[in-house]
Amino acid sequence: MNTKILKYVVLDILQSRFVVAYTLLLFAVSVSLFTLEGNVDKGILSLLNVVLIVVPLLSVVFSTIHFYNSYEFIELLLAQPVPRLKILMSQYAGVALSLSLALALGMGLPIVLFAYGEVGLSLLASGVLLTLIFTAIGFLSAVLTRDKAKGIGIALLLWFYFAILYDGLVLYILFSFSDYPLEKLTLLLVSLNPVDLGRIVILLKMDIAALMGYTGALYQQFFGSVLGILFSLGIMVLWWTLPISISSLVFRKKDL
Amino acid sequence: MIAIQDLHKRFGKFNALQAIHLQMEMGQAIALIGPNGSGKTTLIKCLLGMVLPTQGDIRFEGKSILHQHLYREQIGYMPQIGHYPGNMKISQLIAMMKDLRKTQGTYLDEELLLAFEIDKIAHKPMRTLSGGMRQKVSACLAFLFNPKVLILDEPTAGLDPLATEILKEKIRQEKQKGKLILITSHILSDLEDIITDIVYLQDGQLQFYKTWLRLQNETGEKRLNRAIAQVMQNQTFTNHPLKKNLYEYQNS
Repeated sequence: MNTKILKYVVLDILQSRFVVAYTLLLFAVSVSLFTLEGNVDKGILSLLNVVLIVVPLLSVVFSTIHFYNSYEFIELLLAQPVPRLKILMSQYAGVALSLSLALALGMGLPIVLFAYGEVGLSLLASGVLLTLIFTAIGFLSAVLTRDKAKGIGIALLLWFYFAILYDGLVLYILFSFSDYPLEKLTLLLVSLNPVDLGRIVILLKMDIAALMGYTGALYQQFFGSVLGILFSLGIMVLWWTLPISISSLVFRKKDL
Repeated sequence: MIAIQDLHKRFGKFNALQAIHLQMEMGQAIALIGPNGSGKTTLIKCLLGMVLPTQGDIRFEGKSILHQHLYREQIGYMPQIGHYPGNMKISQLIAMMKDLRKTQGTYLDEELLLAFEIDKIAHKPMRTLSGGMRQKVSACLAFLFNPKVLILDEPTAGLDPLATEILKEKIRQEKQKGKLILITSHILSDLEDIITDIVYLQDGQLQFYKTWLRLQNETGEKRLNRAIAQVMQNQTFTNHPLKKNLYEYQNS
């Protein structure tokens, strides 16, 4: 990463005003959810869906579009004495930093005001992790192809898979094999999807976990333990570093 | 200074460059000439590390440039079409480049900035600039850090006559200082009083690498465009009547 380049990337992003609008949107949604629902827990639950669906979607789309819009800047930098990898990493860091800051301000502030506590803060933490992960996925799809439409298509497809399709597949497996004990398998399947992992971690921190019966108890036992927390954090970090590593490898050999 | 060794570049099935060998030294001003799509820009982009060769190596002061970046401190590059961040103003762009490239002891050569009167248009965002103005900014940036090697891809295309003369004079001055200058251009008359050597590329292959004096003697032509036309005519070409007329016209 190169701090000078990072500075110009962040300045460029702030100029486009998207991040400001995103912050305001998150703030408005969080405040209205907390004030409309009398119960803080209900507010958190509604906000959870925003974090799991909207945050990944906007992160993945914004980072893909940003990469294509920065092609000129990247081209200019390539002819300068700057290593390629630093150009990519500074771009990534700039986008991830801006989006995480937007989340911390837009959603973190209302959480601190209305729902300060372990659940609220874990919600914010998973929001930041999902931002980092889906920004990385957005960069990966943008690095893979020169065609802007194709790149955004790949990004949306990946988001659709993680946020919506994957759950359907898991449910299908659970129903088809419902005669067998599947607790361990679902645990494994869940950890293969960062969105689901975020959902489980937050849900287990709330009282409603008690409604989930035997499976809930098993999850509680696993994810509640130190090992479980380290495990889920590790999987999240893996989901974060894997797309970045692949993008770096592709970008290193790319003709521009 | 720069040694290109058995350079190959393939884009899919298309051979953009094949078995290029070139040795370039300080003090030379080399014209890179060839028809459209002959691989000139690809070769330049390979030198800058923007395009990675399929095979072969490029050495800069004896060291391979593959996956290196520091050697670019010695290169000023003026692209064929300058792509710049559209939201940035000219003044911001120049300030950014200084910020990114300036190291202690770098002498800033702002002569072109003054000659092109860039300060008068410095407040304009890059996206509003015409092609010629963009070229002027590209030229200023290429010369700004006083690099040892200048790589100019179609430097005069789109420039008005006055700006062309200013730029040519600047290139001449830098050549006098003993720098290595690599120029591609289709406006051959712009080159003939600057260059010392000629590299002729066709279909990604190096056709010849000669001094301009030797080419003059061989062809008996004092004008570069006629000398090149004669060379091209001697190569095998399809006998399209339009082409034939063109060469007759050029030789008349």
